[in-house]
Amino acid sequence: MEWTSILYPALSIGGLGIVFGLGLGVAAKKFAIEVDPKVPKVREVLPGANCGGCGFAGCDAFAKAVVEGKAKPNGCPVGGSDVAAKVSAILGIESSDDVKKVAFVKCQGTCDKAKEKYEYVGVMDCKNANFLQGNGSKACEYGCLGLGSCVNACMFDAIHIIDGIAKVDEEKCTSCGMCVEACPKNLIDLVPYDNNVRVSCNSNNKGKDVKLSCDVGCIGCRLCTKVCEFDAISVENNLAKIDYDKCTMCMKCVEKCPTHAIIVKEQEK
Amino acid sequence: MELLLLFIGAVLVNNVVLTRFLGICPFLGVSKKVETSFGMGLAVTFVMTLASLISYLVYKYILVTLHIEYLYTIAFILVIASLVQLVEMVIQKSSPSLYQALGVYLPLITTNCAVLGIAVINMQAEYSLIKSIINGFGTAVGFTLAIVILAGIRERIQFNDIPKSFKGYPIVLITAGLMAIAFLGFSGLIK
Repeated sequence: MEWTSILYPALSIGGLGIVFGLGLGVAAKKFAIEVDPKVPKVREVLPGANCGGCGFAGCDAFAKAVVEGKAKPNGCPVGGSDVAAKVSAILGIESSDDVKKVAFVKCQGTCDKAKEKYEYVGVMDCKNANFLQGNGSKACEYGCLGLGSCVNACMFDAIHIIDGIAKVDEEKCTSCGMCVEACPKNLIDLVPYDNNVRVSCNSNNKGKDVKLSCDVGCIGCRLCTKVCEFDAISVENNLAKIDYDKCTMCMKCVEKCPTHAIIVKEQEK
Repeated sequence: MELLLLFIGAVLVNNVVLTRFLGICPFLGVSKKVETSFGMGLAVTFVMTLASLISYLVYKYILVTLHIEYLYTIAFILVIASLVQLVEMVIQKSSPSLYQALGVYLPLITTNCAVLGIAVINMQAEYSLIKSIINGFGTAVGFTLAIVILAGIRERIQFNDIPKSFKGYPIVLITAGLMAIAFLGFSGLIK
C-alpha cells in the first residue's frame, strides 16, 4: 500500500475543508448582521437544552426575546433562579423575580365541601360554563368550576383536576402563567413557593352567603387579622389577603381560622 | 438545442420532487405560503446551481486527478454544507423575515437529498461543466415550480371543508400525489 493513497485523500478533503472554511469566515464577516451584544451573552448563560420550555423556539430565540423585553429574565424553566439571576445581571436590571413562584388555585371547594346549583352537562371548558346562568354550576360564583381550562393551558402537566377542583403540582410548575390567563374566575395566582401559608378562597361574598355555598370559604370574620402579630393579613371585600413579604409563617392565623380557609401547603397534600 | 432539451427535461419530465421523489421534506414543510415557498425555491436554486458547478470542478480536477473518486460523497457534502451556510448568512442579512419564515428548513437544505442527488446524477451521467450547471439549475427550477404550485393549492384548500381525517398533511400528500400524476403527462415531451 502506497502512502499516497492515504495522503492524497487526507490532503484534498482537508484542503477543501480549509478553503471552504476560510471562505465562510470571510462571508461571515461580510454578511455580519448587527445583533445586540447582550444576546450572545445571555445565550451563553442559558442551559442550551433547546427544550422550548420557555415557549420560544430554542435558547437562541429566548435570548433574543429576553433582550428585546419580550420575555422575562426568569423565563427559563430549566435554568431556574441561577440562570435568572445571571440573565438579570447581563440586562442590568434587578432580579426582583428571583423568588421561585408557583401557581396556586385559591379554592378548596371540592365536591363534598362546595355545593352545586345545578348539574352542568356540556363542553368541558370553564370559559364556556362561566357564560351560563349564575356563572357556572357551582353554588359559589367565585369558586373553581373544575372543567379543566387550566389543565389544557398547562404545558408542563403541572395542574390537574382532583376531586372537582384544580390542583397544582408545585414541583412541576414553572410559573409560566398560562393557567392564570386561562382561568375565567381569576382563581389562580402566582405565589412564592417558599411561603406555606395561603388563603385558599376567592369569594368576595358575605360570610352568610359563603357559609351557604361552601364549607371551607373565607367568611371575612377578621379573626386572622386580629391574631396576626406582623400585620401581614388584611381583609378586603370579605376576603383575607396575605402580604407574603410580611408573613413569617407563624401559623397563628391557620389555627385561628374558623372555616380553615387559610391553609398550610403541606396540609393540602 | 440539446441544452434547452436538457433544461426542459430537468424542469418538467424528470422533476426532482414529483418524478424522482427527492427533497420531499422542504416540499411538504415550507409549502404553506407561496411567498416563503418561493424564497425556499430561490435558496435551493442558488445552492443547487452552485453545487453543480463546484462539485463538478472538485470531482474533475481534484478527485479524478488524484484517483480518489470514491470520496465523492464526502466531498460533495462538504461543498453543499458550505454553500448552505453561505446562503443562510446571505438570507439572514438580506431578508430577516424570509429567514424567520424558512426557519429550520434553511439549514436542512444541507441534508436535502435533492441537492446531493443532482451532484451525483451529474457525475454519473458524465455531464460536461455547462451541462452540469444547466441540469442543476433546471432541476432547481423544477423544485421551485413544484413547491410554488403546491403552496398555491394549499393556500386555496386551507379554508375548504375537508373531512377531518384528511385535514393537515394527508390532504397535502394526496395533492402531491395528484401533482405527480399530472407531471407524468410531460413524460412524452422528450424522448
